[in-house]
Amino acid sequence: MAVDPQRPSGGTPAPQPGVPAPEPGVGKPDPLLVLDQVTRTFGGLVAVQVDHLEVQRGTITALIGPNGAGKTTLFNVVSGFDRADGGEWSFDGQPLAGRPAHRIARYGLVRTFQLTRTIARLTVLENMLLGATAQRGERLLPALLPPLWRAQEREITDRADELLDRFRLTKLRDDHAGTLSGGQRKLLELARALMTRPVMLMLDEPMAGVNPALTQSLLGHITALRDEGLTVCFVEHDMDVVMGISDWVAVMAGGRLVAEGPPYTIGRNRAVVDAYLGKRHDEPEAMGEEA
Amino acid sequence: MRYQRVFVPALVLWFLVMVPVGTASAQGEEVPRGPTFAARALQALIDGIQFGVIIAITAVGLSLIFGTIHLINFAHGELVTIGATFAFFLNASAAGPGWHLIPAAIVAVAFGALLGAAIDLGLWRPLRARGTGLINMFIVTIGLSLLLRHIVLVLYGTRPGSFVQYDIQNALDLGPAGITPRDLTVTLLSVAVLLGVAALLQKTRIGTAIRAVSANRDLAEASGIDVQRVVLVVWIIGGGLAALGGVFFGLVEIVTWDMGFKLLLLMFAGVILGGLGSAYGAMVGSLVIGIVAQMSTLWFPADLQYAWALLALIIVLLVRPQGILGQRERIG
Amino acid sequence: MDFEVILSDALRSGLGPIAAIYALAAMGLNLHFGYTGLLNFGQVGFMLVGGYGLAITVSTWGASMWLGVLVGLASAIVLALLLGLPTLRLRADYLAITTIAAGETLRLFYRSSWAEPTTGGVFGLQRFAKDFYDLNPVPRGSYGVWLVEFSARDMWVLIVAWGLVVVVGILLALLVHSPWGRVIRSIRDDETAVRSLGKNAYAYKMTSLVLGGVLGGVAGMLQAIQVQSVSADSFDPAVTFFLYTLLVLGGAGRILGPVIGSILFWFVLTFLDSALRQAIDSGVISSDLISTSEIGAVRFALVGLALILLVAFRPQGILGSRKEMLLSGR
Repeated sequence: MAVDPQRPSGGTPAPQPGVPAPEPGVGKPDPLLVLDQVTRTFGGLVAVQVDHLEVQRGTITALIGPNGAGKTTLFNVVSGFDRADGGEWSFDGQPLAGRPAHRIARYGLVRTFQLTRTIARLTVLENMLLGATAQRGERLLPALLPPLWRAQEREITDRADELLDRFRLTKLRDDHAGTLSGGQRKLLELARALMTRPVMLMLDEPMAGVNPALTQSLLGHITALRDEGLTVCFVEHDMDVVMGISDWVAVMAGGRLVAEGPPYTIGRNRAVVDAYLGKRHDEPEAMGEEA
Repeated sequence: MRYQRVFVPALVLWFLVMVPVGTASAQGEEVPRGPTFAARALQALIDGIQFGVIIAITAVGLSLIFGTIHLINFAHGELVTIGATFAFFLNASAAGPGWHLIPAAIVAVAFGALLGAAIDLGLWRPLRARGTGLINMFIVTIGLSLLLRHIVLVLYGTRPGSFVQYDIQNALDLGPAGITPRDLTVTLLSVAVLLGVAALLQKTRIGTAIRAVSANRDLAEASGIDVQRVVLVVWIIGGGLAALGGVFFGLVEIVTWDMGFKLLLLMFAGVILGGLGSAYGAMVGSLVIGIVAQMSTLWFPADLQYAWALLALIIVLLVRPQGILGQRERIG
Repeated sequence: MDFEVILSDALRSGLGPIAAIYALAAMGLNLHFGYTGLLNFGQVGFMLVGGYGLAITVSTWGASMWLGVLVGLASAIVLALLLGLPTLRLRADYLAITTIAAGETLRLFYRSSWAEPTTGGVFGLQRFAKDFYDLNPVPRGSYGVWLVEFSARDMWVLIVAWGLVVVVGILLALLVHSPWGRVIRSIRDDETAVRSLGKNAYAYKMTSLVLGGVLGGVAGMLQAIQVQSVSADSFDPAVTFFLYTLLVLGGAGRILGPVIGSILFWFVLTFLDSALRQAIDSGVISSDLISTSEIGAVRFALVGLALILLVAFRPQGILGSRKEMLLSGR
């Protein structure tokens, strides 16, 4: 049963009280990322057990859930940084199961990390240049002959400078990334991911540990990227953020996908309330208090 | 990657071609007269278990240190050597007091424990306070290893030595194989010590704290465990056990200035075989390494027995890098 | 005490073939450790297979030196693959343990009675470098300035060894300052980030391990040529520790770090050695305290102490930057 997820692209839909949330695992038009029976266990513990999940092209999808729900593990599995115990998933029709992380990134599915991973001893600009793909000078023998890669290097430097300007990092261009503040690193990581010319970005808690002003700026960047045609999926704890910018929300609990739907259907969803406050969870935590 | 399973043996073959077996005639001379193959195999197994439990005693400390502070202590072998040479000084050296081996061994173990504590307090704590990173600490341990080993060389000299007591004994006859009362005692004592370490880890408060710090240092610290103290205790235990292992090894084999460094590589093999950071894994792995080393002499020259044990290390990494008792790590 | 002799010894050592050979091996280690963050504690293993590859080919098989050089290089590549395939996907410490174990395993194999027909066992192999010295263009005689003097034979080794150091230094400088170098320097700090950007970090680490290993192999061959013999026991694990000491001394992750480090290391080491010897001979230090035969051990101990103090107080070495070292969190 295919349910139209209300809006294919652009703008936040007006709240429509009374519309029930669709079933978890619902089909969507033009799915970019499709997960089937993806499981990951640690010892005997099932960390992820997602039967079916589709991410629609050109949307912002939020992945929420209480601590230990398996969100980051799912990200790790899908992006090739962790091994799945079973299941299939594909990106733009390309099967990804068993593919190494770098291959998945080259297909255009690029991720960032909860604990920001900028290269401390490279300058901000060098971090950006690292992001560019298909560089001739990254191969061993051409690397020895600068004339072979100088032109390309200038080209990607120009592109990096444009992005740095967009993310207001230009004045830090020649500083070591290790000297940046947490928020600046988040911006740099996002900008660097864009250097790969991704089709879809997976952001693991992009707003964690970022001050409110920078959060607003990050949110602005993310919606702008969506409006330019990029698909974004992100893990987040802050419900205000989730409600504000996402087109679609998927809720995980205990490794499973328990609900999904447009943001306004999620807050009142029974399964979601259970997942966050429910009987089965010993540590109820108020949404949005997560560090 | 599956192709590795074919590729790596092929690469091993390269070196075997580089070192072709040219010893057919040499081996032909020593026709195995006397004991049958089965008898020799049984003897090698007994020797292997005895060797394995001694490695295990020394490797447990290495593994506990790795588990709690993620430091690979390349100087751990020197703690073994110092234990053995210190006992030798008390027991057999012309310059020493000439004590009986038993009190000498006890004092040597205490000295090893103190040395472990001194290294933690005098070296690692200041380095941690300076913010020295883990990788640099690895390099400090190789410096420490060089320093201690050559101090021992100056003080002890190059001559291999034996303890005064229990040196030469008749073997107890066990049918096809035999073991001397000395070796049997060492083996049984080693097993008892290993069981004691296991009981310490499982039953006591400090043991629980050690396991907690190994499992998750931050969580342990947050739940009020004094991590610094736990680390100090681990160094004391590690130093003491290393010294004890050294005395045992010196007793069943011989005391030399570089015995610990040679044993270190076997400890590594045991620790990786069992699973890096798992104390019980280190025990099991060391036992396997000891048996591999001794059993290899059934087919290959004795001067290669350590080499086979180290080769086992590479094969284990290929087939099951997390070791026998280790678990795959969570990434990202 | 004759300070001129001490200074002459120290200078000869610091500028001599052995310093160049260690500089080469340490340049390989610098590519591993300084630029890629690979903890290779068995660089001596690469030197061993390089040296023996040459010696076995010429001495045991009777083939030409050039074939021996190829075999030595190939052996270093094979060893790098052998070590890298199982461990480069694992955490960094696995490589450290495996490399130190592999270096020692090789030494044990090559010195064993089992391998004696090929490797000469504990006696090693001799007389395989004739082709090299036949190429010596340096006219007979001795050459030198001030206190330093080298024979024509040594000059030839020196020219080749320091020549290689220069060539390798230029190539490495080109490499690490290229986009390729940017990738390996990034792997040193955060391999996961590099993979997330679509780079095959494993392949880069393998390439680095092979290249650095080959440099170790070349150093091993030069050492074999220089002393006209190989013996397994000269490839002791302590050699790797020396390499680390001089690399940290000069500055890891700097092209000239291992070169300056090696020159200074051998200068200081020989200075101490020679000074101690003279002090004991002339009675300045009582021979009851240290005997001449213990000088070797004392100097090893001093190297260990120097390494500890260096890492504790100046981990960036002579050429490195303290700021970068702090950023790295190593």
